[in-house]
Amino acid sequence: MQATDVRNPEYFHKVVDCQWACPAHTRVPEYIRLIAAGRHDDAYLLNWDSNVFPGILGRVCDRPCEPACRRGRVEENNRAKPEPVAICRLKRVAADHRKPGIETRMRERLPAAVPGAQLRRVACIGAGPSSLTLARDLAPLGYQVTVFEADPKGGGFMRTQVPRFRLPESVIDEEVGYILDLGARLVANTRIESMRTLLAQGFDAIFVGCGAPRGRDLQLPGRDAAAAQIHVGIDWLASVYFGHVKQVGKRVIVLGGGNTAMDCCRSARRLGGEDVKVIVRSGYAEMKASPWEKEDAEHEGIEILNWLNPRAFVHEGGKLTGMLFTPMRAEQVEGRRRLLPTGEPDRLVACDEVLIAVGQENAFPWIERDLGIEFDEWGLPRLDPTSLQSTLPQVFFGGDAAFGPKNIIWSVEHGHQAAISIHNLLQGVAVGERPPPLTNLVSQKMGIHEWTYDNEISPDDRHVVPWAPKEKTLADISHEVELGFDLEAAWKEAQRCLNCDVQTVFTKDACIECDACVDVCPMDCITFTENGEEEELRTRLSAPALNLEQALYVSAPLKTGRIMAKDEDVCLHCSLCAERCPTGAWDMQRFLYAESHAGQHADGSGHPRVRGARK
Amino acid sequence: MTYLPKPKLHHPSLQRNAVGFTRRDYEGAISTLCAGCGHDSISAAIIQACWELEIQPHRVAKISGIGCSSKTPTYFLSASHGFNAVHGRMPSVVTGANLANRDLLYLGVSGDGDSASIGIGQFVHAIRRGVDMVYIVENNGVYGLTKGQFSATADQGSKSKKGAINTDAPVDMVGMALQLGASFVARSFSGDKAQLVPILKAAMSHRGAAFIDVMSPCVAFNNHPGSTRSYDHVREHNHALGRMDFIAPRAAITIDYPPGEVRAVRQHDGSTLLLRKLPEDYAVADRVGAMNYLHACQARGEIVTGLLYVDPAADDLHAHLDTVGTPLNKLGENELCPGRDALEKINASLR
Repeated sequence: MQATDVRNPEYFHKVVDCQWACPAHTRVPEYIRLIAAGRHDDAYLLNWDSNVFPGILGRVCDRPCEPACRRGRVEENNRAKPEPVAICRLKRVAADHRKPGIETRMRERLPAAVPGAQLRRVACIGAGPSSLTLARDLAPLGYQVTVFEADPKGGGFMRTQVPRFRLPESVIDEEVGYILDLGARLVANTRIESMRTLLAQGFDAIFVGCGAPRGRDLQLPGRDAAAAQIHVGIDWLASVYFGHVKQVGKRVIVLGGGNTAMDCCRSARRLGGEDVKVIVRSGYAEMKASPWEKEDAEHEGIEILNWLNPRAFVHEGGKLTGMLFTPMRAEQVEGRRRLLPTGEPDRLVACDEVLIAVGQENAFPWIERDLGIEFDEWGLPRLDPTSLQSTLPQVFFGGDAAFGPKNIIWSVEHGHQAAISIHNLLQGVAVGERPPPLTNLVSQKMGIHEWTYDNEISPDDRHVVPWAPKEKTLADISHEVELGFDLEAAWKEAQRCLNCDVQTVFTKDACIECDACVDVCPMDCITFTENGEEEELRTRLSAPALNLEQALYVSAPLKTGRIMAKDEDVCLHCSLCAERCPTGAWDMQRFLYAESHAGQHADGSGHPRVRGARK
Repeated sequence: MTYLPKPKLHHPSLQRNAVGFTRRDYEGAISTLCAGCGHDSISAAIIQACWELEIQPHRVAKISGIGCSSKTPTYFLSASHGFNAVHGRMPSVVTGANLANRDLLYLGVSGDGDSASIGIGQFVHAIRRGVDMVYIVENNGVYGLTKGQFSATADQGSKSKKGAINTDAPVDMVGMALQLGASFVARSFSGDKAQLVPILKAAMSHRGAAFIDVMSPCVAFNNHPGSTRSYDHVREHNHALGRMDFIAPRAAITIDYPPGEVRAVRQHDGSTLLLRKLPEDYAVADRVGAMNYLHACQARGEIVTGLLYVDPAADDLHAHLDTVGTPLNKLGENELCPGRDALEKINASLR
């Protein structure tokens, strides 16, 4: 193998699994250390820089970081149930414990205004997470940002579809408020009905962040006859939010296996639903809902039935009495997994109401098709994947409107990227250009075996977030279920983090090949051996390196002609290799990787000061 | 050294051996030796060898004297018996323990100071008596605990870290062990586990006095240019005497080799030592040949490593003394104290 080039920042970035997996590349280990140090404001601000909605995401993020977290792999065959660090819930700790007046510090972190920007006007359609992120990034640079929203308040899907028992309204008000206070103008209660009209208003750039607002329906026999008791999930959730729906029948069926289905069933449980069932075509494991959301629903007494394909709504003279389902099974047909009926007779499930949560679709009836904005065969806009620019140069898309339904954190990242593109467009820079990230790599050594970070590995299992009592939460739909970690539990959970951003950096010329690192490494990550092709090399290391997603860190040949090969997969970043190294060939170095947003540059200009230090 | 205990977490693919232990179960406390000490590599090799041999940790006694080397039994096999003896007195403690309980595996861990200076008399007699033990000398050529004075094994003409030249002739422990009748003699290098681990396994399976001299660089005081125990010097002057594979007693020999290239030595317990790439005229069971070869290499400035000599049919002290086959702790009171009549008989036989 070729020696690893650690000067390429993407190499060490990939080692920080959580940050790499986060669409917004939030510096997770750093904020977890700040929480452990009691610096909740700094942790909050670090999050705010990257993901804009720490309080919201600390409750309802899809958490792509957690399945990626190294802790989960490290605990395999070591603990009864391997679990990642509770990254998402730690984020909430930072939000819960931030001090009032944090807005002042937010402003200190923003890049300086760009001369002339105040003359340029940017319109955002929809005040959801992607538009708000774009506004957060562009307003401080001086651009006039106008956000059009059909509803009375900003927040989009986060406000109207995510139920209040998961996300209190006050949290949305605060975090949306921070952005609007930076100078973006919200034009509420205004639905954009025509792109042509909007274009005619002479905006320099338009960002479409209107989400995927159309819930998919199921046109089965009985659908129209029993329409009064059959609802499309996301519309029903919005009706619950606006108070149009205050109760539901005793027996409720929710169709679909995604997170919207989970929100529907849990909401129904709170509005009078006593027998609430989620019914899914495929198996339990294949359901799209996050595992923790399924667990939460089941905890509230909701039954999940799998392998049942809805066939018909059963009604008596327009009054819904139940639904018919065909039992299904999965089979590999020509290498592809297909769902087929088992041949068993259909099954009747009695119910009073049905909520359909089988997916969302994009809908752009308000974009005239002769404006030069092209759409593909699935009705999605044709976009440059990096810049998010449409075929009409001043129009950009982001969030669910861009590539179909994803999640909040992806919307945030789209907002960042579109903001860069629009900034480029308005500054005469190539739209697709991205500012390189701010990176740094600094030794954390303080003494022979003292480091600036807490390198002791906590043996704790994942700590459980406490819940409010079920009697209370099921009785009141706006009563938040999760209470959040208290500070002691948060500190303990923070200790589970392996500090993967503190990198093991190897200096070949200092190595005397004494094997001390090999002997001390608890995870058998390090090997000194003859070089070879990667595939073959992976099989003859101290422990086999079978996780191909994780890199091998390989040195150039040493004095004996051998190479050092380190499997990054399950490294604890415990520093023992560096403590044992007599020559300092191993060193623990903190790797900073901060994605640059609009107006920020790799030389650090426009970025907040690196370590969130107090003045 | 490090302040932190080694985390208990281990690689997900870590295997258990036939007696149910992982390699990590054979570890000890975290080492307090200097970072990079060769001795820690030897400890790691012992851990690996014991795991591979599927040894029950409680059937091992690790006994040492005084010195950096003699601290190391704390850092491996924490579930085994241990005894930290007076300086240089490891061999007599092993002899006593072995006579009392012949069923344990005895690892005598010592260093060049402990065995070539203060304990040289003990070393000599334990070897010549054929005590059934693995005698490991962790040989770095300096007194590390007292900051790097030359030890008795330091080569004449080698340079200390401060620049002083050693004028004394070295004690050659391998040569002495051969001459004193050790039935298993090897030398290895802490930086070459591929060689050291099979040697340790063969020695642990050997009956009789097995002596291993392990070159173990002292990173703090003896790893500089001019030293003959530095990593660089040992690597440059290492003359490896073939390669050895250890085959456990019940394991089938699956290695395919052309005839004449590999020589197999079967030990009393049924284990097999496969010796490869030995010089054609080298006979591993020829004590005089081994001594000649050793001295010839030494004269050329080479450090010969590998298995130098083995007598696979060797006896041990128990056989020489015709002792009872049962460990003393398994004998009953009647056997241990047969009474006045038995004593009278013995006394009568001596009159």
